[in-house]
Amino acid sequence: MRERKGIIVFVAWRELRFARGRFLLIGAVVALITLLVGFLSGLTGGLAAQNISSVLQLPGDRLVLQQPESSDPSYATSSLDENTVTAWEQADGVESVTPIGIVQSRASASDTDDPTGVALYGLPQHAPGTQSNPLFDLAPVRDDEVGVSTGAADDLGVETGDTISITGTDFTVSVVGDDLWYSHTPVIVLTPEAWSEASKRVGGTGEATVLAVTADADWEAIGAATGTVAETTLASLTALEAFRSEIGSLGLMITMLFGISALVVGAFFTVWTMQRAGDMAVLKALGATTGSLVRDSLGQASIVLIAGIGVGLAAVIGLGTLAGQALPFIISPITTLAPVVVMAVLGLAGAAFALRSVTKADPLTALGSNR
Amino acid sequence: MIQLQNVTLTFPDGENRITAVDNATLRGNNGTVTGITGPSGSGKSSILAVAATLLRPDSGGVLIGNGSDMTDAAQLSKHEATQLRRERIGIVFQQSNLLPALTAREQLQVMARLGGGTSRNKRAKIDARVDELLDAVGLTEHAGKRTHQLSGGQRQRVAIARGLVHEPEVLLVDEPTSALDQERGAKIMELISRLTHERDTATLLVTHDLAHRDTLDDLVTVLDGRITTPVAGRALTR
Ligand SMILES: Nc1ncnc2c1ncn2[C@@H]1O[C@H](COP(=O)(O)OP(=O)(O)O)[C@@H](O)[C@H]1O
Ligand SMILES: [Mg+2]
Repeated sequence: MRERKGIIVFVAWRELRFARGRFLLIGAVVALITLLVGFLSGLTGGLAAQNISSVLQLPGDRLVLQQPESSDPSYATSSLDENTVTAWEQADGVESVTPIGIVQSRASASDTDDPTGVALYGLPQHAPGTQSNPLFDLAPVRDDEVGVSTGAADDLGVETGDTISITGTDFTVSVVGDDLWYSHTPVIVLTPEAWSEASKRVGGTGEATVLAVTADADWEAIGAATGTVAETTLASLTALEAFRSEIGSLGLMITMLFGISALVVGAFFTVWTMQRAGDMAVLKALGATTGSLVRDSLGQASIVLIAGIGVGLAAVIGLGTLAGQALPFIISPITTLAPVVVMAVLGLAGAAFALRSVTKADPLTALGSNR
Repeated sequence: MIQLQNVTLTFPDGENRITAVDNATLRGNNGTVTGITGPSGSGKSSILAVAATLLRPDSGGVLIGNGSDMTDAAQLSKHEATQLRRERIGIVFQQSNLLPALTAREQLQVMARLGGGTSRNKRAKIDARVDELLDAVGLTEHAGKRTHQLSGGQRQRVAIARGLVHEPEVLLVDEPTSALDQERGAKIMELISRLTHERDTATLLVTHDLAHRDTLDDLVTVLDGRITTPVAGRALTR
């Protein structure tokens, strides 16, 4: 294997060592861009999780929100009265409807006056499709109990059995569960009845804000008839204002970084490969196949890219682990491997673009006296 | 043996075509250095390029080989011509055209790594000859030096060793002394002559400088793309 690789990049490998400085430079640039992209991706993933991790757990085929007359649907303002819920329940093809309430409020541990922002969910104990669902695992049995997510328990400094105060009412923590968030606030789950009371106390209607619907139905027709809109879970996320604005700008930054890295890496390999054109012409005159020269050039680019990306990825994981203690930062395949693959593909595309000067190099020029 | 048979080569020149080689016939025998001389622009390099299969003539043949193993290089596809160069032709350029990143030894080893499904066997054979060739051109102690650490004469020696390491039947040399002073030039010419005789190579050597003519075994003169009567260089000088 080593022998074979040595042959494929015989010249390229020696150039890497000979022009060490130049390749270290471009490798460092690749590493830095990988670090930047990976870090931004991790941050974006972390912010996204803090926005939507609880919403992603909602059951059903579609989520139904109120459709305001002259604006886009919004989780924050949606309110669905009894009639609307009944209309959905009785519509053709609908199997089940789970009314869910979400409202942002404040909570404090009973022995302090130090409130923490939280998201209050009103959830029934069970709903279709919620076996082994971390959000529904928090749902309490009694109206004076709450299930508390890890983030909320940390912020409040409470454990199971402690008492917390929400909008002036005391609740007992019945369970501390997964780390679930809604719009940057950690989740606390109440029974539907307790939630309705709490919602009214913070100026809400006390009515459900979203319906999780399982159905094989004409979603649009029922939506139009009831003044609601039924979206898939992913599509419904645009109804979360904080998520929409953050992901929009971060996504733009990541996309631009990818564009920049494609240009930088592509430009380097284009210029570099063009500089090699003279040597390539000599090798062709000596009898080198175009294929062997292409392998040589692409092999060279791959070595630089792999080394640069590897260092960058290691830095992302290292710094990300540190940053994860202070920032919402997620290290997952999507936030690390995806940027890595995109970087590798863009870099190789740049190098492949530059290959024209290898395939077009004319061996006749090696004979000329003006090289 | 290499034989150019009624070779004509033209280049586009505005609306017309310019004839660089005009019905040239030329034979280079094994173990013989055949000099090709003539004024600048007369067509020497064009003849060499045709012989090297880097240019395809408009008409005529380029026979390479011995006895029954003869190939008409003018009839080969680009791919086949590349293979022919890789296996049966050695080229020494006017500039040594060495690769800056490689040591002298590696410049020779490259010849075993030019692709085209070079068998492990062939590669091993070439690799085994590298040291012998470096020794033959007197560069054993400089084998580990890169191009910029070698003098002009040493570079040309490396180029000659590279041109011969795969044991080609034909060696094509373009103005090998043009960048060297008289004394170094003479040594390079002697080296080419000696290796040609030792290895029974058919060598064509372009030069416009006849100071070294006594190292040539044969000499032809080119004028306006035509080969004027071949003269036996050695017979003439003796
Ligand atoms: N690539 C080319 N395109 C057009 N004309 C060329 C080309 N190469 C050589 N020629 C012309 O062919 C003639 C012979 O050139 P060349 O073989 O280089 O001569 P020499 O090597 O004897 O100086 C010259 O008139 C030159 O201008
Ligand atoms: Mg010339």
